[in-house]
Amino acid sequence: MSQVFPKSTNAWSKASLITLVFALLALGWLVLTLQRSDFVTSANQFIEQPVQFSHQHHVGGVGIECRYCHTAVEVSPSAGIPPTKTCINCHSQIWNTSPYLEPVRASFRDDTPLNWVRVHDLPDFVYFNHSIHVRKGVGCETCHGRVDRMPLMRQVQSLQMEWCLDCHRDPSRFVRPRDQITTMGYQPALAQAELGPRLVREYGIAGVEELTNCSVCHR
Amino acid sequence: MSLDPTEPNPEQPLDVQKRGTLRLRAGQAIDLQRVREQLQQGGPPLWRSLEEVADTAEFRNYLHREFPANASDWLDPVGRRGFLKLMSASMALAGATACTVQPQELIVPYVRQPENEIPGKPLFFATAMTLGGVATGLLVESHEGRPTKIEGNPDHPASRGATDLFAQGSVLTLYDPDRSKTVLHLGEIRPWSAALAAVRGGLSAQAATRGAGLRLLTETVASPSLAAQIQQLLAQQPNAKWIQWEPVNRDNARAGARTAFGQYLEPHYDLTQADVIVSLDADFLSSEGAHNLHYMRQFASRRRVEDNADNLNRLYVVESNHTVTGGRADNRLALKSSQIEAFARAVAAQSGVAGIIGTAPAGSDAFVDAIAQDLAAHRGRAVVMVGDSQPAAVHLIAHAINAAIGAPVTYLPTPELVPGEQTAALRELVADIRAGQVQMLVILGESNPVFSAPADLQFGKAIQSVSLRVHSGMFFDETAQQCHWHVPAAHYLEAWSDARTIDGTVSIVQPLIQPLYGSKSVHEVMATLSERPERSGYDTVREYWFAWAALNRTTGSTGSTGSTSAPASAAAAEFEQRWRKWLHDGFIAGTAAMPTAAALAPDVATRITAGAAIDGLEVNFRRDPTVYDGRFANNGWLQELPKPMTKLTWDNAALMAPATADANGLHNGDIIAITHDGRTINVPAWVVPGHAKDAITLTVGYGRPLAGDLGSGTGFNTYALRGSSAMFFGGATIVRTGDAYDLVGTQDHWAIEDKNTGIVRAATLEEFKQNPAFVKQMEHLKLDKRISLYADKEYRGQQWGMAIDLNTCTGCTACVIACVAENNIPVVGKAQVKRNREMHWLRIDRYFAGSPDTPDTYVQPMPCQQCENAPCEVVCPVSATVHSAEGLNDMVYNRCVGTRYCSNNCPWKVRRFNFLLYQDWNTPQFKLQRNPDVTVRSRGIMEKCTYCVQRINAARIQAKREDRAIRDGEILTACQAVCPTDAIVFGDINDPNSRVARLKGSPRNYATLEDLNTRPRTTYLAAVKNPNPALPHNPMVGTPHASTDHGAGH
Repeated sequence: MSQVFPKSTNAWSKASLITLVFALLALGWLVLTLQRSDFVTSANQFIEQPVQFSHQHHVGGVGIECRYCHTAVEVSPSAGIPPTKTCINCHSQIWNTSPYLEPVRASFRDDTPLNWVRVHDLPDFVYFNHSIHVRKGVGCETCHGRVDRMPLMRQVQSLQMEWCLDCHRDPSRFVRPRDQITTMGYQPALAQAELGPRLVREYGIAGVEELTNCSVCHR
Repeated sequence: MSLDPTEPNPEQPLDVQKRGTLRLRAGQAIDLQRVREQLQQGGPPLWRSLEEVADTAEFRNYLHREFPANASDWLDPVGRRGFLKLMSASMALAGATACTVQPQELIVPYVRQPENEIPGKPLFFATAMTLGGVATGLLVESHEGRPTKIEGNPDHPASRGATDLFAQGSVLTLYDPDRSKTVLHLGEIRPWSAALAAVRGGLSAQAATRGAGLRLLTETVASPSLAAQIQQLLAQQPNAKWIQWEPVNRDNARAGARTAFGQYLEPHYDLTQADVIVSLDADFLSSEGAHNLHYMRQFASRRRVEDNADNLNRLYVVESNHTVTGGRADNRLALKSSQIEAFARAVAAQSGVAGIIGTAPAGSDAFVDAIAQDLAAHRGRAVVMVGDSQPAAVHLIAHAINAAIGAPVTYLPTPELVPGEQTAALRELVADIRAGQVQMLVILGESNPVFSAPADLQFGKAIQSVSLRVHSGMFFDETAQQCHWHVPAAHYLEAWSDARTIDGTVSIVQPLIQPLYGSKSVHEVMATLSERPERSGYDTVREYWFAWAALNRTTGSTGSTGSTSAPASAAAAEFEQRWRKWLHDGFIAGTAAMPTAAALAPDVATRITAGAAIDGLEVNFRRDPTVYDGRFANNGWLQELPKPMTKLTWDNAALMAPATADANGLHNGDIIAITHDGRTINVPAWVVPGHAKDAITLTVGYGRPLAGDLGSGTGFNTYALRGSSAMFFGGATIVRTGDAYDLVGTQDHWAIEDKNTGIVRAATLEEFKQNPAFVKQMEHLKLDKRISLYADKEYRGQQWGMAIDLNTCTGCTACVIACVAENNIPVVGKAQVKRNREMHWLRIDRYFAGSPDTPDTYVQPMPCQQCENAPCEVVCPVSATVHSAEGLNDMVYNRCVGTRYCSNNCPWKVRRFNFLLYQDWNTPQFKLQRNPDVTVRSRGIMEKCTYCVQRINAARIQAKREDRAIRDGEILTACQAVCPTDAIVFGDINDPNSRVARLKGSPRNYATLEDLNTRPRTTYLAAVKNPNPALPHNPMVGTPHASTDHGAGH
């Protein structure tokens, strides 16, 4: 009785089994990569705003400090988006006839707020607090990137939970001296491996167990 | 449960409160005789309901299951096709939702940011809420201009940081979508200017007769500036009349004081000085009384036995209904309301009050003797208090007794500006209307007279002959419907006003938000009747206090040495400073009234007019514990709040003693026809152990046809039975109609299996003195507590814990509402409550002990116990509930997939599951109310008490920002903050000096269900009662002699 399948079937079946394993692995990799990609996290996407405000110009060029506008960052969960009044402080004097800034003047004139589109949008079940991060030596740049080089604001980090936990599990890799919080392009004076643990002790940053409690961020 | 087509659709929780959609079914028949026998033979020492003692199938279902059978089943008659349709749709949606990117969110900053406003940080403003003519000082939390949560003002003399449940619920009324939104004329929308013109026209027509045809009907006025406006109107229109009306008013107390002292005075008892308190139908420990908050605090200060056991006072309560206060009594006697006068006379006669004689009602001699002896033994340190529902005669007798025994009582002017007797005034108003003397009637406020006036006056019918009727209120209610004009009134959080609290201290009521619907404040409506018809409420209030300040200069406040001719600008600047301080503090310091020298009339005994005895059945009318007089009928939080003693929700009922029910063959839910004074209404019966025999208690405020979407049609209108000659009680007859109604109570919900092994523990004072550690003897299973499969966790920093003092908790349930408001807990509706699906994270378990006729009552607030070895944590397949480094059982909503294993494994049954989408995600008003610091949970999510982890985190962040430790007392959980008796204490149990650690070190401290070795972080301090040894009393529960062999066999 002759064989139904030719002998090469053995090789083919083995090969296809191995291929299947690799295909599944590849699929898994693909899903995980996609999940972390900018497509899903919305990182590095430019968002249309009512006024195309340039952080590059105001921070990098003019040299305005972050806290001039984001006044609540040291005291409140929210860093605070400046009221129109803050824009008008300067723009009543300079560029005060620019058509580009008409929405700002209109807002001030008509007492109607500007509607900015949120760039860093956390899920509603996450309670992030700016003030404590700033107090404990997390620089603006650590999460928001080189804002001074962004003509339009964009999100540079994934804002996914694993990214949060990267720091919450080992803050010493990221903390800086308190006088360097708003510095853009910060370079540690010492090696971070040496400076970080020292600052963690100095700031009294809680241990990993406390920092990774669910209720620290979710309530 | 059957698939009965008349069953409501569980998918529509919003419709289910409507009467008639529920299948009518009476409660299970209970053999009272057997229940009595069982209890006598040492049956369950602690029981929730007669159903439990009778061990009905229904109760067993509650006890043994996480939820009653089929509670989690889909009960809709959905066929296979419908099921497939739904499934395919949800599959498709589930797939689709997974791919959605979060929608873009807007950030809308201010144009000009207000001073002190920091986005993301709540601000607190001091204001005050007036209810029943008495104000409570509040601090209201505001998130970016939205008032979200009411707290008590810690500096305010009446509040001291606490509030009652009505204040807690009032913030929901602000956002009630059913509030009236526009000026209406005969139901049609009109501009404000048209209403103004109509009022001005009506007023000018009155000018000729100097207001002879003008009547003003308001609530009890506690606002000095409003009273001044009214007085001004009366000065201009001297023939006009002003009537104040509250359906549950204080006429009796006022009349009693008038007869005794010749003037209207408010007695203020100093309960801190009272070793013996006799309450004659005075429910001063519930949320309902005018004095409640400070009496509760004073009472609690004498129930703490940690430092000195002899500090314990003794409370006698004589009452007909079983009230919160009766539940706290050391000795309680249930008497018909009509017999209390005789009782009071007998006590007076024995206490040496000259001229009063009387014999005690049958069977109460021993009680009278005991009280009289106790009063005599504690001269100068005992008080007799009388409830507002008792007739003036009883008040008079109590004033005489208090004078004779030298009770610690002072007499102050009343908090209302112009005290009076309201029922008589209302009767006079109706007579005037009937006589055709009234052409213009202005009705202000929420007292809703068309609905709430005594039925015999037929107020709604009478006013039809008044040619101009103007109403201003927050709702288009039954009264608004009978008026030509309706002006939407502003909520107290929307308008400027002022108010006096019980001791006369004035608060400026400042608004936290602009009126949501362009409503007018009561001052603005009153202004239309003055020469400045468009004066703003702010101007009215401020000008009044400017004039007051000019007369009451603070000495040396600005260095000007009292020169009265200071320039106007300086005076204005000085006033501005004072005004700002008043607003900041929440009250005007030094405005408390001085005690009046009250001389009891020497012939007081002769002035007492004896009340008529009621031979047969007696019907009582009382304020409702949760909807007040009906004004909160559309407040979902208050409707769903189980009433403190009956645990009923969404309804009122005819409350009666088990013996009365038995004698008439009634069971819970059987509809009876009650006839009183020629009027008849139908109400379902509800059996209340401990209620006086031959008496029925009806609470008012239900059955409103026009309350709003939630409140309309709930319960039964008992005002229809109430007449002006018997405002609080009168004779009645009842007939069983044979119909039944589904009353939904929560008394059997979340029943705990092992409660008879000492979930509640109590001892008498003597037992406590002999053995301060009596609670330890209840640990019938002597486990080595270190035995555990899990390694012990070490806590280096804080670890949180809570201690609840069962000796000071009164069970007023304000904490439940505070928890609801703080934690965005949804309202589920009557049909869902019936399925045991109410969402309250904190419940108050109310237990009875002893016989059904004279039971003792115990209350136990039951939040999550935050166990150290938590049974819920180990069974969660997705780690949605995990232990935190500070000892909490964290609940992670975004991980929860709704297996419900955790709640199935919780012996305390404190976890709540969102079977349906209970939260209203769409109504814009409700979105404004929510606490932004707490996740709004969706369908399919488990939730539970978190110890207010959002408050813990806020305090921790604040402390860490300031590089310090969290101070003891810095974190108040919502339930703790509201508690008038300070019964709930939360804090760090790792700090030996914290209050909670010290309480947990008390010999009275015990953990519930200790034998399960879960090591709860919420522990309880056992109750110590002080019953008079001369009177019979039930054995204490949870003490060794009470714990028979019951429950030891498990």
